[in-house]
Amino acid sequence: MSTVIFYVLSATALVATLLCVTRKQAVHAIVYLINALFALALMFYLLGAPLVAAWEVIIYAGAIMVLFLFIVMMFELDPAREAQRPAPARRWPVVLISAVILACSLALAFADPAGQAGVPGYYASPRAFGELMFGEYALGVEVASFLLLFAAVGAYTVGRGDEPAGGGEGRR
Amino acid sequence: MIVPFAHVLVVSAVMFVLGLGAVLLRRNLILILIGVEIMLNGVGLALVGASALWQRADGQVLVVFLMALTAAEVAISLAMVVAMKRRKGSLDADVFRDLRG
Repeated sequence: MSTVIFYVLSATALVATLLCVTRKQAVHAIVYLINALFALALMFYLLGAPLVAAWEVIIYAGAIMVLFLFIVMMFELDPAREAQRPAPARRWPVVLISAVILACSLALAFADPAGQAGVPGYYASPRAFGELMFGEYALGVEVASFLLLFAAVGAYTVGRGDEPAGGGEGRR
Repeated sequence: MIVPFAHVLVVSAVMFVLGLGAVLLRRNLILILIGVEIMLNGVGLALVGASALWQRADGQVLVVFLMALTAAEVAISLAMVVAMKRRKGSLDADVFRDLRG
């Protein structure tokens, strides 16, 4: 049963992602990506990561995507100007490179003997997860907290705008 | 719950390549950042699948670090997008070519 649900969810996630990358309007792209993230969160749950699934919804769909939506709504993007796509001559190398990368990773995935093994049922209880994260990976947690602090300070510095006249260049 | 690990990797790889295509093809800065988000989520799916395959929670811890990284990256890059929009009045990636020789 959960196998079927997994395949349905992965199809949903991939279709929503495809729609996301082909939309012209940024708002539509973001809403489709939120759909894909919900499907992905359920896939995380099926793969035995309930805590990560909850955080995927709370942090990714809830915080990061809303930040994107907020910025897009702040700018009132003009859809007519977004319509210009790169010329086909510029598009082909990208398609080729992406196809080669995809083919190589698929070949690797199927050639690896671990790839043939079924993923067994697994469930990381939040307790075991927390013990691992704050025990073995405690240093990583500290580094991540520093990273978030620096990001907050950096975002404030970059986004402060130029309140002194002509101070735009000298600030950095 | 038996899914071949290769199928998890296939979904992850397809999602990663879709994000890569979005980064390389789109000209809007916000849509490029959304492509980066898609790529990071594909990586996260591979990590969670590997965590289930080897019955260890290490991959899930890495996904949480990935989320922290993404939050930091999005905060700074969206602030930079706002600053660039203020400076040039456009979000088109082709406008920002001052470093072109």
